[in-house]
Amino acid sequence: MGTFKQIGAITAMNVRSIPSRVGASSVVVVGIACVVGVVISVFGMSRGLTGALRDSARPDRAVVLRSGASNEASSTLAVDAIATIKDAPGIARTPQGDAAATAEMMVAVSMERKEDGTKAGVTVRGIEPASATVRPEVRLVEGRMFRPGLREAIVGRGASGEFKRLGIGDQVPLRDSQWTIVGVFESGGDAQESRVLVDEATLLSAYQRTASNSLTVLLASEASFDEFKAALTTNPTLSVSVERETDYYARQSKSVNQLFGFVNYFIGGVMALGALFAALNTMYSAVSTRAVEIATLRALGFGSTGVVISVLAESLLLAFAGAAIGAAVSWLWFGGNSFAMGNGTSSLVVRMQITPALLATGVAWAVLVGFFGGLFPALRAARLPVARALRAV
Amino acid sequence: MKYLPLIWAGIWRKPVRTVLTFLCVLVMFLLVGALHGVNAALGDIISSMSDTRLRIQSRVNISEPLPLAHLARIERVGGVEGVGYYNFFGGYYQEPTNTFGSGAVDISRIAVMFPEIKLASEAIEKMKRTRDGVVIGEDLAKEYGWKVGDRIPVRSSVWVRKDGAPEWSFEIVGIFGWTNSLPANELWMNYDYFDEARTFGNGTVTLYFARIASPDRAAAVSDEIDRQFANSTFETQTQNERDWIRARMSQAGDIGFFINAIIGAILSSLLLVTAFTMMQSVRERIPELAVLKTYGFGNASVVSLVVGEALLICLVAAGLGLTAAYFAEPPIYRLIGAGGLRLPWSVIGAGFALAAALALVSSVLPARRAQTLNIVDALAAR
Repeated sequence: MGTFKQIGAITAMNVRSIPSRVGASSVVVVGIACVVGVVISVFGMSRGLTGALRDSARPDRAVVLRSGASNEASSTLAVDAIATIKDAPGIARTPQGDAAATAEMMVAVSMERKEDGTKAGVTVRGIEPASATVRPEVRLVEGRMFRPGLREAIVGRGASGEFKRLGIGDQVPLRDSQWTIVGVFESGGDAQESRVLVDEATLLSAYQRTASNSLTVLLASEASFDEFKAALTTNPTLSVSVERETDYYARQSKSVNQLFGFVNYFIGGVMALGALFAALNTMYSAVSTRAVEIATLRALGFGSTGVVISVLAESLLLAFAGAAIGAAVSWLWFGGNSFAMGNGTSSLVVRMQITPALLATGVAWAVLVGFFGGLFPALRAARLPVARALRAV
Repeated sequence: MKYLPLIWAGIWRKPVRTVLTFLCVLVMFLLVGALHGVNAALGDIISSMSDTRLRIQSRVNISEPLPLAHLARIERVGGVEGVGYYNFFGGYYQEPTNTFGSGAVDISRIAVMFPEIKLASEAIEKMKRTRDGVVIGEDLAKEYGWKVGDRIPVRSSVWVRKDGAPEWSFEIVGIFGWTNSLPANELWMNYDYFDEARTFGNGTVTLYFARIASPDRAAAVSDEIDRQFANSTFETQTQNERDWIRARMSQAGDIGFFINAIIGAILSSLLLVTAFTMMQSVRERIPELAVLKTYGFGNASVVSLVVGEALLICLVAAGLGLTAAYFAEPPIYRLIGAGGLRLPWSVIGAGFALAAALALVSSVLPARRAQTLNIVDALAAR
């Protein structure tokens, strides 16, 4: 018999005998299903989160903050500084010929979550008309745009879905007045969809402020960044810092990434280790219960390669079955779910991203566990001295 | 105890299997301990929060300041015994990732506000005399190696100084602790000094705290405070501290549910693993157990051998796993922003209880089998 035929015969026999060892085999399947389910859910959450932050950013946009401020909330830019910045070179132009720059003020408002009625913060952001050029990804999908000068707002799809009373016609209470929501926008599921947008000038006057928090510009090209930055940092009347939007968001999401990185690799890693021990245990047992059977095969002239591969194949098959169950459960349970993460002042509505690539990653983990879980028992099976194993009968 | 050598021999009959089962239980209990520790710590924080301290913030959002003028009006509300205030500072040391709780307060109101504080009255007096003085929590002091008398440069992620200096330089005049199990990791500065130095938001605070005599009156007093400022520019929202922290935690996502789901998944797969290992081990030893019975070992003794084996493996492995969790936990707490906590003993206790339950449940079937075996059939390996 050719080696391949041998392998085929032994593997088929092994696989057909799994039902008679269903208890031990289910240990591997359930263990790996748990690992894969947890790993996929946690990764899906963190991908959704980093994706929301990353997708919001473009390298040809720059964020201007007051020098020394580490984020928008702690930054203030006065009206005269904003005018100076908008005159700087390197900024793209709107169709009307203005600088593609939007000075923005941020406030937060507490809204009730639909899910359980607890309160969480939603960011309300003032934007200038040039914002349409700066952020072309923001598209109205329902209703109409707010009218400057009126207390009107548009709301992101994410925030509208997560919170009560954020639909068209609802009123958002800001400091001393009610703002009517007149439209809903989408921006490809990024962080902006967690916000409420209003007219900057109207918001400033409602809060009796003269300074915005930050300024975002669309650069004429990615390469114009240096020119733009140099113009601002060498201007003695300005005290600002300039960052590419991609760098800004990467810095903002660093600590969250650390947390999720830890959760992913600690929980995923420890569970995979546990599943590996369980798989090893099961496969060693499988080999030891079938010692006589394996010895008989070898006495009949089957080669050790066939035995090794058949044990490995069984282990991989079980791992694969577990992975499929785990992936299916996490897909059905969490796929398309969104959740809100908040820190009291603002919330980010994140959609779980259980992508085919992620499912493949989960299956790859499982296959790795199945491979190593089967390898050592397989080698032992192959090395089993035939005579001694047969005598054990 | 005299059966210990027998149990020991049974455990090492198949060393590979025992070691693998042991390691499996060990790593899983490391995870169970670490995860349950997070839940338990959150629970501890909730239960150590006061229900006689009200927290008054802007109705719009916590980031909206309240004017200092509210102070006198809150003090006049019936049932309020003392009022303090707090302004969020958002401090960090050297790197923006080294954040810690920090705020500006009126130190003379601290003792009224937080009866559970341990802070020498000399430190309070010294703080009143030192404009740029701060008191810090003992856990924060330990983390950065700060001592009384040190001058520390702190940056704020929110506030910018009028004089343009990037750093706020403070002198440590005292170190405080809490009488409960909460970590003391805050830094408090003088509000007057802070308010004068900042560029914007002057004359406002983030929060007021009001003390009330009994928790029963919390709802009534809260409503009365909010009514004072209804329909004004600065409406308030008052809650007792425990309700507030509970709501706040549910906001960070359903952590508890998620953690319990993972723990459940781990424990059920562990149960499967150990149960099948035990069953297999007993099945293989049926003839040996029959020999023991022939020698006159009673049913109870044979059962206790089987159960003892499972208990020994599970308890020792869980013990090591929980020890590892104990040492792994402080960095985890730091990561979720609760630095300074330790893994509660209740988690260790619960872990051992779970391990014992795991051993007992997984040895039920094998023990039954050992108990009911028929000596003649078993010896004949039928």
